[in-house]
Amino acid sequence: MKALFAAPLVFLRLLYQSVYLAVGQIWANKMRSLLTTIGIVIGVASVTAVIAALTGLKAKILSQVETFGTNTIIIQPHQPDQGPMRHVSVWQNRFLPKHFDGMREHCPSIAHLSRLSFVGQRTVKHGERFAENVQVTGIEATYHNIEHRPVLIGRTFSPIDDMQVRQVCIIEPKLRDKLRLSHDCIGETLRVGHHAFRIVGVIEERAELNFGDSSQERYEIFLPFKTVYKLGDAYLIALAASSSPETLEEALAEIRFFLRGTRNVRPGQPDTFRVDSVQSFLDTFNKIALIVTLVAGGIVGISLLVGGVGIMNIMLVSVSERTREIGLRKAVGARKSAILTQFMIESLVLCFLGGLVGLVFGQLLTTGIANIPKVELDMAHIPWWAVLLSFGFAGSVGIFFGMFPAIKAARLDPIEALRHE
Amino acid sequence: MSKHPHKVVIRLENITRIYKVGVELIHALDGVTLELGENEYVAVMGPSGSGKSTLMNVLGCLDRASSGQYELDGAEATAMSDAALAQIRNDRIGFVFQSFELLGRSTALKNVEMPLIYSQNGWWSRHKRARQMLERVGLGDRVGHRPNQLSGGEKQRVAIARALVCNPSILLADEPTGNLDSKTSEEILALFDQLHAEGQTIILVTHEEHVARHAKRVIRMKDGRIFTDLSLEEDRTRRDTMNEHFGEVSK
Repeated sequence: MKALFAAPLVFLRLLYQSVYLAVGQIWANKMRSLLTTIGIVIGVASVTAVIAALTGLKAKILSQVETFGTNTIIIQPHQPDQGPMRHVSVWQNRFLPKHFDGMREHCPSIAHLSRLSFVGQRTVKHGERFAENVQVTGIEATYHNIEHRPVLIGRTFSPIDDMQVRQVCIIEPKLRDKLRLSHDCIGETLRVGHHAFRIVGVIEERAELNFGDSSQERYEIFLPFKTVYKLGDAYLIALAASSSPETLEEALAEIRFFLRGTRNVRPGQPDTFRVDSVQSFLDTFNKIALIVTLVAGGIVGISLLVGGVGIMNIMLVSVSERTREIGLRKAVGARKSAILTQFMIESLVLCFLGGLVGLVFGQLLTTGIANIPKVELDMAHIPWWAVLLSFGFAGSVGIFFGMFPAIKAARLDPIEALRHE
Repeated sequence: MSKHPHKVVIRLENITRIYKVGVELIHALDGVTLELGENEYVAVMGPSGSGKSTLMNVLGCLDRASSGQYELDGAEATAMSDAALAQIRNDRIGFVFQSFELLGRSTALKNVEMPLIYSQNGWWSRHKRARQMLERVGLGDRVGHRPNQLSGGEKQRVAIARALVCNPSILLADEPTGNLDSKTSEEILALFDQLHAEGQTIILVTHEEHVARHAKRVIRMKDGRIFTDLSLEEDRTRRDTMNEHFGEVSK
């Protein structure tokens, strides 16, 4: 029984002893150790910061599209790269309301469909007060079923608002505050151009993703779809939702087939529009994120390689200047494995310390990134797997580059070593 | 042999150690046969190049003989693995070096503890045993001192304590007084005498006659062979005779 535990116990003792010695050695050569680990520190700090920034960006984008379900479909005009339609202007290629007539009946996989009409940015007035650059968007009643933005006060649009082309609007709280309307502003009248619109609801704000362009506040005002045409000719897109995530692909195909019919796209010619699912946007983003991660990983790999060579160098110096000590240890009964372990552990501890310092710097960088105004990466944080990854990398570097010096130390002949000057 | 009433610790049988330098073969040990009993106190003497250091290395299991047989405590050491030799060095042999070989950054206690780190059983009691051993060599009050805070004699005492901490069968001392002044040398040699009186087997390599005089048996080497192997009295008689014949001869 005693013999059974002897071997692992001896190993644990050796490990403890080696860590003790390694920490002592590193502490005795503080400056040298610090300089040696800089490669590892930079590598780990940069990889964690890049991953943190990407994580932040992803969280931001997810929060952006989370108001849409993943089975949401975005339909927008798009000039083909080839075919007879490739030279038409954006305006010529625009959607017309009639292109969508009958779509609900012909596309059974669609649960909801809402056209959105844009007439650009206008100035919205209330009495003497006004707000510039307000995005005017026309929506159908079904819009409320597609994008999950609850109405805080008042009501949503009804199909009747659209049918009767009522002059009503839904606004965001920040526009209400900008115009200094009372909290419950239902029934107040806003003016856009020569038209007046009665507020019927206040809709929840959506997190805006506007990189570097938060210098001016952006506001949004919603009108019934047809009402928008009173302000001018509108540019259309459409949002749809498939009845379930499983029917998403079918819905995409049905919409495409239907629109090719209504937009008179001849067989064999490319589409003059795009039909994308929110899911496919996410997939694209994930692909980009992966590429950025890999590129960053490559750079970090180089920095870790350089760091590793530094570690190997300093370990060789350490072995060389402690040759007599190694000789002595061997003379008093240290086995090869004991010497090997001692130097491997020293290199590992060095790398782990580098990893730890790197992680601290990575956290500082992340905090910095998260607090840069106008970049909006406030959700940046280091995920736990990145911490594990960093330590994994640092450890591998320690083992890989510590191996050679440690083997060199273990192979020293005690007689030669004790004679070493 | 009636000369060795106690149990035999070391038995060398026709040991050779041949180095190859370029194409030349150097016979550092050229057929050494030797038997050492328990509690013997032997001085190995000889000019440099006589093979006494090589003999020390072979006896200390730091080096392997090219041919011949080496038995330590009844166990054949010639054909052992590196790990087994390390184990033997750990618990059967204690080394004392001319230049002390202490770890500069460690305290006296840590230095003495070091061999116990690598031992099978001594690990748990290493503090206690190291402290006891330092007291035994008269350094009970220097436990926490680093080598640079100790005098040369004290350093060598720490080294001796380290050599003895694993309770070895033999203590191998290679010119232990080589770096010390004569007064301190006498103190260290008195310590060896005391250890011998307490039952320790000691092998002392030296080229100084006054150091060898502390031993009970003197082995003189030349050209890798044992030249004479006599008790201290016989050695002295032989030396006196030679001096009469040839005048004063050193060594």
